[in-house]
Amino acid sequence: MTYALVAGVLFGLYFSLVGIGLNLVFGVMRIVNLAHGDILMLGAFIALGVVGIANIDPLFAIPLAFMVFVLAGVLLYWVLVPRLQGSANPEMLSIILFFGLSQVIEAVTTIFAGTSERSIQSRLLGTVFTTIKVKWFGGKTSGAGPIQIFGQGFPAPWVIAAITSLIAIGLVYLYLYHTRLGTLTRAVMSRRDEALATGIDVDRVSAAAFGIGLGIAAVAGVFAPFMFGSVTPAFGADATVTSFAIVVLGSLGNPLGTALGGVVYGLCYMLVQTYLSSWADLLPYVLLIVILLLRPSGLLGRRVRVA
Amino acid sequence: MHNASKHLLFILAPLVAVFALLPGVYQNHLLLFNFVIFLILAQGVNIIYGFTGYLPFGYVGFFGAGAYGFAIMVMHLQTPAPLAVLVGGAVAIALGLLLTPLLRLSGAYFAIANLAASLAVLHFVANPALEGITKGPYGVSLTGTFNPTHAYYAAVVVMALTVGAVVYLKNSSFGLALQAVREDAVSASMAGVNIIKMRVIAWLASALVAGLAGGIYAWYVSVFYPDNVFSGEFSIFAIVFALFGGVATITGPIVGVLILYGIYNLIGFTTPQYFQLIYGLLIMGLVLFLPAGLVSLATRRGWHVP
Repeated sequence: MTYALVAGVLFGLYFSLVGIGLNLVFGVMRIVNLAHGDILMLGAFIALGVVGIANIDPLFAIPLAFMVFVLAGVLLYWVLVPRLQGSANPEMLSIILFFGLSQVIEAVTTIFAGTSERSIQSRLLGTVFTTIKVKWFGGKTSGAGPIQIFGQGFPAPWVIAAITSLIAIGLVYLYLYHTRLGTLTRAVMSRRDEALATGIDVDRVSAAAFGIGLGIAAVAGVFAPFMFGSVTPAFGADATVTSFAIVVLGSLGNPLGTALGGVVYGLCYMLVQTYLSSWADLLPYVLLIVILLLRPSGLLGRRVRVA
Repeated sequence: MHNASKHLLFILAPLVAVFALLPGVYQNHLLLFNFVIFLILAQGVNIIYGFTGYLPFGYVGFFGAGAYGFAIMVMHLQTPAPLAVLVGGAVAIALGLLLTPLLRLSGAYFAIANLAASLAVLHFVANPALEGITKGPYGVSLTGTFNPTHAYYAAVVVMALTVGAVVYLKNSSFGLALQAVREDAVSASMAGVNIIKMRVIAWLASALVAGLAGGIYAWYVSVFYPDNVFSGEFSIFAIVFALFGGVATITGPIVGVLILYGIYNLIGFTTPQYFQLIYGLLIMGLVLFLPAGLVSLATRRGWHVP
């Protein structure tokens, strides 16, 4: 029981990181980024590349993945979104547009990397900490064994992923509530036309949010090989649906609700897996539908339902 | 001549004639069958998305439900295949009724919830705990009813009915009312349109045709796994075909299926990833440059497209 609860919280924090980028993009632009899972997959491949080429701690892939995808996101925004916003039904068409994008990403990755499953040895993650510990405090390299929490052992990558997620969510909070661009972002989220009318450069704010959303997704992707065991180019689609479940659980359009949604999802997931394992696959979908019907605005949301 | 009879005569009749006669001259019957199935599904998407604006991202849920309705009737009750196909349609309608609350959601919420619903049905059917009923993830084998020729003609009949339904929607006050609801639900209800009834009827009609198609598909292939009949590709293909041609028209989805599925069969089998790349680029180009589909090339010039 304790094990399931703690593991649920650890996974939940990670799931929040997975979902938060999607939510930022939807909240600001009303765009459904169906390619979200594929960005995650690409983040995982960056981690694989860093380990494969330089053979260093995959944690170094995080800043790289983030920078690459913030830039990619801003570029992609200018190519795709203004044209899309001009069409008759941007929300619906965005689903199809980004489905096309996800197909392109998946196909290109398959062409270059093949369809085989890739994984990284989990002891590579966090070696930078043990090295620092050994350098500064002496002692000997023990390798990243399980970490003890409440008398139970958990794989170190889970704990590292959860801590990174906490830091990332904290940074998103700081960005949204304590920077000028973040305040503008929240203004665009609540009323796009009024924000435009008050002279906010909506496109610039949206491009920044889109870039950050993709960047965070890529960071979450760096941990994907450890949290899910392995990744393939086709991993993106499942990740997208899971992210949606988390985001809707928290509340669509409220990035901080995602943190709550992720933890609730992680706890449910672990508890169902412990006690009713054959039904665990059903959980995210049923949870998603029930939440949409009972509280379409999510656990922490405003009303959004129309007619 | 009346518009509806013109459409029936010049669109539906040639289409049915071509697909009824082609098996005699063209050997790849599986390919023809798939064309017919996708024509049904694309028109089914047209009924719900084109005329009401709800994007059924989990449309395959009905298709799979129909296939499993068929399989369960044949496995456990030894029903004859045509009857089991009807049961498949009924199962899809039952699932549609179960999911009517989703129609309260709007826009992207509906699409996501529908996707989740189809995946929930998939995992329900594929659950090893239900092996006694659905055979779980191990798949079903229905060799007793295997008869591709009959299944093919049944598919052509269902296609004719589906296209007929779209012709009706295009030419009736009912279809007009649906489109009014799509454009502006509040104004439509002020004008005396019963919004809920309209939406539910369109929803169940599109569920029915997908269920029938699923039942016939099960009849035709006779051996399948949950992942085959609940494959997201069915929803995606049907939606993209319908959009590519142009929704809320009779000819749009037909043109979309013939062109895109044709391309798919030319290059898709040998190098799936290159096809996926071209396909993805095509979809993106479509949304960015032709959001109203191929038929908008004609309508922009002021030509009327049925």
